[in-house]
Amino acid sequence: MTDDIKAQYELVIGLEVHAQLLTESKIFASDANHFGSPPNHNISVITLGHPGTLPKLNQKAVDLAIRFGLATNSTISPRTVFDRKNYFYPDLPKGYQISQDKKPICVGGEIWVKLKDGTEKAIPLHHTHLEEDAGKSIHDDQSTDTLLDYNRAGTPLIEIVTDPAMRSAEEAGAYLTEIRKLVRYLDICDGNMEEGSLRCDANISVRKWGDPVLGTKVEIKNMNSVRFLQKAIEFEYDRQVSVLEEGGTLIQETRMFDPETGRTYGMRVKESMNDYRYFPEPDLVPILIDEEKLAAERAKMPALPRQLMQKYEGELGLSHADALLLTESKATVAYFEEAIAQAAPKTVANWLTGPVRTWMNESKKELSAFPVSPGVLAALIRLVDENKVSHSAAAQKLFPALVERPDVAPLALAEELQLIQQGNSDVLQALIDEVLAAWPDKVKEYKKGKKGLIGLFVGEVMKKSKGQADPKVTNQLVARSLDNLS
Amino acid sequence: MVEYYLDRIESTSHLNAFLATYADEARSRAAKVDARLANGTAGRLAGMVIGIKDLLCYAGHGVHGGSKILEGFVSQFTATAIQRLIDEDAIIIGRQNCDEFGMGSSNENSAYGPTLNAADTTRVPGGSSGGSAVAVQADLCFASIGTDTGGSVRQPAAFCGVVGLKPSYSRVSRWGLLAYASSFDTIGPITRCVEDAALLLEIMAGGDEQDSTVSQWPVPSYSQYLSIDGSKKIGYFRESLDSEGVDESVKAVLRQSIERLRQEGHTVEPVEFPLAHYYLPTYYILTTAEVSSNLSRYDGVRYGYRSPKAHDLDSLYRLSRTEGLGAEARKRILLGTFVLSANYYDAYYTKAQRVRRLIKEEIERHFQEYDFLLYPTTPSVAFPLGEENSDPIKTFLADIFTVQANVTGVPAISLPLGTDEQGLPVGIQVLAGAFQEEKLLAFARYLEQFVQASEEVPI
Repeated sequence: MTDDIKAQYELVIGLEVHAQLLTESKIFASDANHFGSPPNHNISVITLGHPGTLPKLNQKAVDLAIRFGLATNSTISPRTVFDRKNYFYPDLPKGYQISQDKKPICVGGEIWVKLKDGTEKAIPLHHTHLEEDAGKSIHDDQSTDTLLDYNRAGTPLIEIVTDPAMRSAEEAGAYLTEIRKLVRYLDICDGNMEEGSLRCDANISVRKWGDPVLGTKVEIKNMNSVRFLQKAIEFEYDRQVSVLEEGGTLIQETRMFDPETGRTYGMRVKESMNDYRYFPEPDLVPILIDEEKLAAERAKMPALPRQLMQKYEGELGLSHADALLLTESKATVAYFEEAIAQAAPKTVANWLTGPVRTWMNESKKELSAFPVSPGVLAALIRLVDENKVSHSAAAQKLFPALVERPDVAPLALAEELQLIQQGNSDVLQALIDEVLAAWPDKVKEYKKGKKGLIGLFVGEVMKKSKGQADPKVTNQLVARSLDNLS
Repeated sequence: MVEYYLDRIESTSHLNAFLATYADEARSRAAKVDARLANGTAGRLAGMVIGIKDLLCYAGHGVHGGSKILEGFVSQFTATAIQRLIDEDAIIIGRQNCDEFGMGSSNENSAYGPTLNAADTTRVPGGSSGGSAVAVQADLCFASIGTDTGGSVRQPAAFCGVVGLKPSYSRVSRWGLLAYASSFDTIGPITRCVEDAALLLEIMAGGDEQDSTVSQWPVPSYSQYLSIDGSKKIGYFRESLDSEGVDESVKAVLRQSIERLRQEGHTVEPVEFPLAHYYLPTYYILTTAEVSSNLSRYDGVRYGYRSPKAHDLDSLYRLSRTEGLGAEARKRILLGTFVLSANYYDAYYTKAQRVRRLIKEEIERHFQEYDFLLYPTTPSVAFPLGEENSDPIKTFLADIFTVQANVTGVPAISLPLGTDEQGLPVGIQVLAGAFQEEKLLAFARYLEQFVQASEEVPI
């Protein structure tokens, strides 16, 4: 298929992202909410849907959903209701999932993404609702048996549903990246797509440009990375356009993405659309959210990447690239903010995007594993600013030494390593006087206009100081001394 | 007492009231309670021997909901209401027969065979708490704990000549009650007298961490305030005396009570319920919707009955549920699935929810004017076994007086205020406004004394 033909079709994408909330316990039971426990370890009679059990709402899950809603500029429903979504599946213990249908906790809102060409786009959210996760069916390759692990059943989730507002794989990828960043910032989800803490389904359709009606949508599941999401979208775009161009019709279906082949494939065709028979969950009361509650959540809200970008680029005058790197994770922001309380922001930014990042790349570790505390890094930066240690000595010698021995104060370490510059002008002046006295001919030549000789004097002074003199300061002092000589 | 009741249960096993007895355990608990009685540390229900309906969980004991699909299932926890009784030194003697998951009014829908009415063993005991009512009627235990979703405590109490109390919805925690229709289900005592019912409710009721829908209103000491003051204004359902659908013998008992009340200086007036025609449709649409969802967990996957013929996932579900659930349960699941289906949801479920609100408003208006409402519990006395299935419409009509309290959530009590010419018990029901159990029980105690006084005359 040629690009010309493809260009006649508009790609339309909507995403449904499930984020597991970082609560201690499950959404309707007190069992631990923990990934990686032995199978069927975190299960209680509630999780297993035993007869006579009732759900009991974990308020923390509600708080985290509110936090997400506030961060995305959504309307938080003052009264929100749980519904039952009825269907049979072995990993669904009660035969229904407690979810939200008609009155979700967050309505509307948007998430801003920045595209490669620099344009920013707000992706509108349809709504965000709370629900419980199902268990896991495990198919053993060695047998035809299905094993069931209910540890995950009852894990609190928010499902974030966009309008069909994205028009390219790039936008979808940027959106998913932004969501992952945001939920981590907000401390509501660890954003781990491999473990399934963050999962994404895509609704994809195509239509001829200008057609007011959306095309038949296909839902794609099982994409556990941003790259796979983008691959799946690209594949579907081509597939759907080809089907239409060949005169075929698309069917509304759920397809799976195969990371091995980069293709999507249809699942067993079901006889009819699932009718989930939603109705209000009679075992739970509506959740009422008042202004007081919202104010309390607002107070706990950390600064968000978009706001921080504005602050760093505007107020602090950092470059866009630096601001982007610094806001990459909440940990980086916290480190940066703590350090700039004690050192100049621009310099701190340079250190974080320079030597610290190099350390992270080389050690393949996160900033959280960086041994030098923000205060200590700031102290090191101050040594440079105060000319006590030269920048090159700080970067090449003191910094690696600090990484090894992060508990020692930078000043003490610099002294131990003899990196302290002879910034003390009395000591320096004596050395300078010595040097000038030793080279009377050269002093005369200098006075006659051979200004380049200053390098010789400075070099000699440095030699005498055993490299501890600050070249910049030495330069200034030598020039002044020469000027003062008659 | 435990020995006495165990012997009684043994000698009346043909009634099929108990599905299981906990003899050894009851004996050892009795010994412990005796010791506490001796040293003065016993609870308020010390020595009270209680049977529980097979819909209430008791840790380490079976709970089958009268259904084959839960055959062999043992609960891992105890219902809050039952635990509170145990904490006051009640002795749980066994598990009582009932219609499957509470669905039925004759006890014939039990997978474990029908319970027989001790007043006439050719007749039904009512349902769904049939075993629980017969157990008190036949003196097989001191009191029973039943459940009432559409009359399941009051109707069998009426058929068996005992007291049956349905508290306000949410007055007693539902934790440990096998759900039939969650927004209707209540737990209530079946006893010989109002005083016992008051004491049991007082102990079972109140807030519970495990049930988010339970009321947090403080629980008055019902058993301490069982007297009325002044004259009351009472309304009765006009049709209960006028309609041909109500048996003459039932009307006679109601008429007697009304006359007596008037003699005592109370005002008794007929009241109209223009929405009465909507009670049953509303009740059946909403309860079947809820039950279709509530019974989905019985799927043969994790516990309970699994069809041996199942060969894949689809047949596992289909066969386990078809073989494990009885006809009435299957019928209601299908109805509920239908009313919740996308194309009919608004026409049925949404509309029924609206009508439910109107019916609530209707009864609230009456309670602004009247202290109590007084009706027959059922339009007839206990019917013969096998009759229910022959005419489902008539059985449904029998529900009309009882479902009102469940649709509206108000408390209601059935009192054995007379018998027909054959000596079969007739139950009269009193209703009060939501959470007015204190008033209701005091008035019920007052009404109960009418009969007790008249019974004492011949002696």
